Amino acid sequence: MRIAFVNTLHKLAAKNPNIILITGDLGFSVFENYIREFPRQFLNAGVAEQNMTGIAAGMAMEGKIPLIYSIVPFVTMRNFEQIRNDICYQGLNVKIVGVGAGYSYGMYGHTHYGLEDMGILRTIPGITIIAPGDPVETELATIAALKTRGPVYIRLGKAGEPLVHKIRPKFEIGKGIVITEGKDIMLLACGTMLPVALEVSDILKNKYSAKVVSMHTIKPIDDVLIKNLSRKMKGIFTLEEHAAIGGLGSAVAEVLAENCLNVVFKRFGTPDHFSKVSGKQKYMREQNGLSAKIIAGEIVKKIN
Amino acid sequence: MNKHKLLKSANNVRKSIMDMAYTAQSAHAGGSLSCVDILTVLYFSIMKINPQKPLDPTRDRLIFSKAHDCKALYAVLAEKSFFNSEKLNTYEMDGGLPGHSTRNIVPGIEASAGSLGHGLSIATGIAYAKKLDKKSQKVFAILSDGECDEGSTWEAILFAGHHKLDNLIAIVDYNKLQAYGRISEVLELEPFADKWKAFGWEVREVDGHNIDGIESILINLPFRKGKPSVLLAHTIKGYLGVKKYVDQVSSQYKPPTEEEYEKVLGGMK
Repeated sequence: MRIAFVNTLHKLAAKNPNIILITGDLGFSVFENYIREFPRQFLNAGVAEQNMTGIAAGMAMEGKIPLIYSIVPFVTMRNFEQIRNDICYQGLNVKIVGVGAGYSYGMYGHTHYGLEDMGILRTIPGITIIAPGDPVETELATIAALKTRGPVYIRLGKAGEPLVHKIRPKFEIGKGIVITEGKDIMLLACGTMLPVALEVSDILKNKYSAKVVSMHTIKPIDDVLIKNLSRKMKGIFTLEEHAAIGGLGSAVAEVLAENCLNVVFKRFGTPDHFSKVSGKQKYMREQNGLSAKIIAGEIVKKIN
Repeated sequence: MNKHKLLKSANNVRKSIMDMAYTAQSAHAGGSLSCVDILTVLYFSIMKINPQKPLDPTRDRLIFSKAHDCKALYAVLAEKSFFNSEKLNTYEMDGGLPGHSTRNIVPGIEASAGSLGHGLSIATGIAYAKKLDKKSQKVFAILSDGECDEGSTWEAILFAGHHKLDNLIAIVDYNKLQAYGRISEVLELEPFADKWKAFGWEVREVDGHNIDGIESILINLPFRKGKPSVLLAHTIKGYLGVKKYVDQVSSQYKPPTEEEYEKVLGGMK
């Protein structure tokens, strides 16, 4: 995903000299071509994410379009107050790009996991949150974010995420994309869990036909889609590589509850405790109830 | 500029601050008063600004990071006719001027602030953007001494020194008192000038209530080409032009009493 991001940014930066990529000292082997071509549109702010965020706010006041980049916790949590006060409160046109959603940095342990970012950012007025589901959505999300004026958080995986879209879908911020049609259950997935949702659908295909939707935008949530497509379903399930508290699952639950949509519902996210183990992304998902097999089993239990 | 006129403006600003503090029974009069002479010199002598065109792209910028002391900023902006001084009567009233300065709430306020340690980064970002665009405007940041406890302030100091942002001028209202004690007792900043120097800044120090002294230093910017400038302004918390009601931790919190208010205003006439 980060390659799709930087390649897209490369094209956009060529057209718009106000675009400035600011990194918190990360991006080795990813940004070199960009830096070579656009040295004036690149800044390494050092390992100082709070200052990086304030600097981006100052630059945005001068008409620049800064994108701040780091690993998810360092670009959303370390600098949370700067995002709130300096960027969002002042309505500034800054994009926040977090790499390493969920357990993407599996072996590195909890400090490097991105599990609470959407939950905390979702509480801030005026921010848009996008977690693209594959490299194609990453490209489209990057283009859409830069067309949008105001703060946008783009939550990326890392490297090697599978391609879900064979053709470029219509991409609109705040509008889910139906990936596969189905009439029994609906799987609403975001970010790195989109391919897992398709695996779940495949495992369950003899029992239930699943409508899989890429809910790439967590804020604003596509409440129209949820309201229109939830009726008549045997169950609605959300999948995210993020705490079950606060992210996509919570956003969908809010829509269901406030619209009195009485439907079987379950959130699949990371549990409310710190893992005692660390390991590669696949292992961590298995350990924390986020493998396709575990999710499929839980769905069957929930519906029955 | 004519010293008499600057002093008169500074005294008007002091009076406005006391009016606001007394009417709203508000905290933070002390730190508002300590930066009055600095702000007066900046707005009436140094900065290129036009109250008729508050968003003129060629204006100098001032980021008021110690936003809890915004009574001083509001008062000086009103004195400079950015807005009608009647607006000051709404300070900390429902729907009125907020207790921490907020962007565009009245003309002339560049950035919302209130949480300490944010303003210098914002000012640094503006200064960096100005350098990219080869623009000559200056960017001022007014910091409290207490907020130099914040790590983010030092991140910005490190960055600005590294990038040689000589269009950036930080001014520290060094009144030696922070929220809950003396700087020397809470977290000592000394040797303060040496710290800034070590981070690549050119440092000057001044009596922050000597209008001539402040002006004569700020008239020559940057202090050194290729370096950001910092002015450590030694000030007195609660300074009213006379040394009454000053230099007490309590001036951070306690609104003036009727007696103090009458005495001070009497002394100012």
